[in-house]
Amino acid sequence: MKRLAPQAHERIDRSKTYQFTWQGESYYAYAGDTLASALLANGIDVVGRSFKYGRKRGILAAGVEEPNALVTLESGGYEVPNARATEIELYDQLNAKAASGIPSLRFDLRAALKPFHKFMVAGFYYKTFKWPQKLWPHYEHYLRQLAGFSEVPQQADAEHYDHQYQFVDVAVVGGGAAGLSAALTAAQSGASVLVIDERAELGGELSSEFASSAEAQQWFSSTKQALEQMPNVRILKRSTAFALHDFNLLLVIERRQDHVSLKQRNEKQSRQRQHRVRAKQVILATGSHERPLLFANNDLPGVLMASAMRRYLNEFAVLCGDKPVLAGNNDSIYALAEDLVKRAGVKPVVLDMRVGYDASRLIAAGIDVRQGYTILKASGSNRVEQVSIAKVYYDGKLWSASAATETLDCDVVATSGGFNPLVHLDCHTGSKPLFSNALQAFLPACDKPARISAGSVNGHSDWQACVQDGAYAAHQILGRLEKSVAPTTVKPELKLLNVAPFFCPTHQRNKIFIDMQNDVKASDIELAIRENYRSIEHIKRYTAMGFGTDQGKIGNVLGIALAAQLLNRSIPEVGTTTFRPMYTPVTMGALAGEEVGLLFDPQRFTPIHASHVARGAEFEVVGQWMRPWYFPKAIEHLYDAQSAEDLHTAVQRECLAVRNSVGVMDASTLGKIDIQGPDVREFLARVYTNAWAKLAPGKCRYGVMCDENGMIIDDGVTACLSDTHFVMTTTTGGAARIYNHLETWLQTEWPALKVYLTSVTDHWSTTAIVGPKARRVIEKLCSDIDFNAKAFPFMDWREGTVAGVPARVMRISFSGELSYEINVPANYGRYIWEQVMEAGKEFDITPYGTETMHVLRAEKGYIIVGQDTDGSLSPYDANMGWAVSLTKPYPFLGQRALTRSDTVRTDRKQLVGLLPHDAQKVLPEGTQLVNAIEDKAMIGHVTSSYLSPILGRSIAMAVVKAGLSRMGNTIYAKTVGGETIPVTIADSVFYDTAKEKLDGEV
Amino acid sequence: MFLIRCPYCGEAREEQEFSYAGEAFIQRPPLTCSDEEWGDYLFKRKNIKGVTTEQWLHSAGCRRIFVMERNNVTYEILSIYTFESKRGAA
Repeated sequence: MKRLAPQAHERIDRSKTYQFTWQGESYYAYAGDTLASALLANGIDVVGRSFKYGRKRGILAAGVEEPNALVTLESGGYEVPNARATEIELYDQLNAKAASGIPSLRFDLRAALKPFHKFMVAGFYYKTFKWPQKLWPHYEHYLRQLAGFSEVPQQADAEHYDHQYQFVDVAVVGGGAAGLSAALTAAQSGASVLVIDERAELGGELSSEFASSAEAQQWFSSTKQALEQMPNVRILKRSTAFALHDFNLLLVIERRQDHVSLKQRNEKQSRQRQHRVRAKQVILATGSHERPLLFANNDLPGVLMASAMRRYLNEFAVLCGDKPVLAGNNDSIYALAEDLVKRAGVKPVVLDMRVGYDASRLIAAGIDVRQGYTILKASGSNRVEQVSIAKVYYDGKLWSASAATETLDCDVVATSGGFNPLVHLDCHTGSKPLFSNALQAFLPACDKPARISAGSVNGHSDWQACVQDGAYAAHQILGRLEKSVAPTTVKPELKLLNVAPFFCPTHQRNKIFIDMQNDVKASDIELAIRENYRSIEHIKRYTAMGFGTDQGKIGNVLGIALAAQLLNRSIPEVGTTTFRPMYTPVTMGALAGEEVGLLFDPQRFTPIHASHVARGAEFEVVGQWMRPWYFPKAIEHLYDAQSAEDLHTAVQRECLAVRNSVGVMDASTLGKIDIQGPDVREFLARVYTNAWAKLAPGKCRYGVMCDENGMIIDDGVTACLSDTHFVMTTTTGGAARIYNHLETWLQTEWPALKVYLTSVTDHWSTTAIVGPKARRVIEKLCSDIDFNAKAFPFMDWREGTVAGVPARVMRISFSGELSYEINVPANYGRYIWEQVMEAGKEFDITPYGTETMHVLRAEKGYIIVGQDTDGSLSPYDANMGWAVSLTKPYPFLGQRALTRSDTVRTDRKQLVGLLPHDAQKVLPEGTQLVNAIEDKAMIGHVTSSYLSPILGRSIAMAVVKAGLSRMGNTIYAKTVGGETIPVTIADSVFYDTAKEKLDGEV
Repeated sequence: MFLIRCPYCGEAREEQEFSYAGEAFIQRPPLTCSDEEWGDYLFKRKNIKGVTTEQWLHSAGCRRIFVMERNNVTYEILSIYTFESKRGAA
């Protein structure tokens, strides 16, 4: 293995030498190398250990289909697991290690288990470790450690990712001969064109031709140049189209910085970008992958694909071996033989399974060409050293090999068993590929609208035909796009490579690998069929063929062909397994894009947020809103030490402040819907359970909203601004859902109602002054409203000026205390809050958060929809029959359901209060309730539970079967911890049942 | 992923902008219906394999609900129209 003298069309730049680290040791290679070509140039044979048997593996391919050369690239935040060495562009200081080897690449325990390998067939683990079944998780833990490749990176990704949307007339997948030709033809018509190619440079397999064809090189250069100059063409290099969905949504991953050394990466730029392309037409010029020949020990390092050896030779000037044996079943191997002679002066032995190909030129050049021969077995320790070959015969149906074998010495074996067109993208939307006997390959069906395939994916083997096919495909789709087109071209003739039918030698005890990444052997496929697996999908799952990061790119078609032979069916009868996205592994980060961390879910802040932060509030997230949870005060200790109150202490203090003096709360997050139109009253009457016909301007009303099943979905206060203008409030978390719900009914069932909804949640900021002294505080700030309890009674609202700001002040309460909610345009929110704090100073006004709000409302038995209700509670169940009006002209949503046999049952779960016998015992929320200590049948559960500071005892709300008729009964709460706590069923209004506090200090 | 032409906005947009809003043209029975009929109205859906008639909401756009006829086997969108146009035609 060595680097050759400079070649005419090599991709490497010999003026730039890069240092890289492999397995902890330092090596050198050139700019333009891939990690694979760099490893080959440095004579490294063994790059991995196999999945199950720990066998030594070398580089098999030169591209994305590589199954063996999986590496762990870099470490820490830059670690990439299971990267394919064949795709990694070498950069300076690159650090990689093999993704396999237990414990190391040099010594693998699994290989040491060789005497047992014959037992480790497909299904071995499931058969062997089945008894006793309950121990399977235990076995699995250890078996999992024995399998697989790279470890999962332990650190968070140091780089970031983004998404970009693209809308184009034509997307061309593949920048080889067909793709470039198609793109040029399409672009010349004026269509917008996006070219997507996975390699660092355009050209695809055409690049391998440059060395032998000046014409190919010339065509490529001029086409590339033309495309690059067209403003309607965008070229995405280092980009893989990994999925094609319905309506031509093409997902592409662009590797923007993977080829840049870690030191030089631009932190401000994403490492990878996902392009979400919507193309009117898609041209699939995806090309094809070569498949290998099968023979014993075909996985030895030094055995590789013929096309890969040719690429390493022509593009990287790396000679994979001095004594090559080339074996194939089609015409393509002769090109490699010619290149080897011309570029490296090496004379390979050429084995062709077929007879009849005119190889006189090679023979004249002194090459040993043996037609009718193939390899039966390879051998060697660290890499291939010998092959045994034999004459083979084809009887029109099956191959057979002569018993007489011959041994050849060699140091590299390159094989070609035909080509697999890359039909993946076409199949992602459910199309099944079609098998061609002439090509011995599955071709894309392309039976979905707005797409076409071109080039070697259609079975073309020479670049001129690919160019022609690309132009032809572009013409077809331009017609569909109604673009003016140049004179039509004709569909090129297929130039066959004369691929011979499938052959797998008999293996006896030798291992012939079908799927190298998963260690699936020919004998495993046989076993699966012997055990009566018939569908290829079942055979795949039983043997694990086509699993893993390469998804069977190399081996699947061979497995299908072998299964067909063993099942005595034709290959199309056996069919393929299902092709699903992704075509290649895609980084999680690229899928997530920018929606990570803080951007994962939007965070919403009230206009007063900065004030809360300044006062040291602890926050909780409520329906995306950051709401103050409680406001811990600093506690002074001896010797200047300081700490903050805990939740319990703070809530205790906040609750008593509200009950005894005055508190203030940020209520800006409540959903607010502005409702206007002549039919607003009728609309409200239909969506709420209670009546709205007579609510006068200046008044507010509490409403309960049900779904058509009669169950509570929301509640809130709605204010009447005028006969045609109301403002509804919804629960904080329900705002969007309720808005949708209302819109849906307006648009679908009641289009005749003249009503318009506008979400104004963010337009207003709400500061609630709550407590007996609330009036005294607000009177200091507002002089144009009469706050006298009679002049401005409970459930009224007034328009006025608070601290100079126009405001709507609502006298509503979620605590049972006198309470004024000051609504001002959002931008004044923080100003008003601070004005209230200042005005309230003399009353020691106390800001409080959601936790205190919950305690205060529970003391009054006010429900929280979604906490005390769960979608199975009707207004009657919630003891809110007072809010239901059954006499409205148009039945409200859910009205019919309230008289269903199930809804009128008297033993439904009903909302009640609970008083634990031990007044200091706070029941955990969610605790199950039973009738008697020894009972297991649950009759309900605790929905809310707190220690009430004003009552000095624990209280709870709960749903209990027939609870409303069981006041005073003792039942039992059974906690998760095993405690049984006696509780008395009580009215859910625990505090101020006479409502004496509503008017505050008079 | 659908590309959906919103009949109100008049533009083909990403499916991500829309949300499915249930089967279309379910008749709401009168208050006098039986429990069974009410239950059917609430919970029973046709669940057709083939051409379905659905409501879709342009949730990240104009927020209007419209009707989409589509084949849920082939993902083909057969027609998109507004409730207004349907009423106009009837």
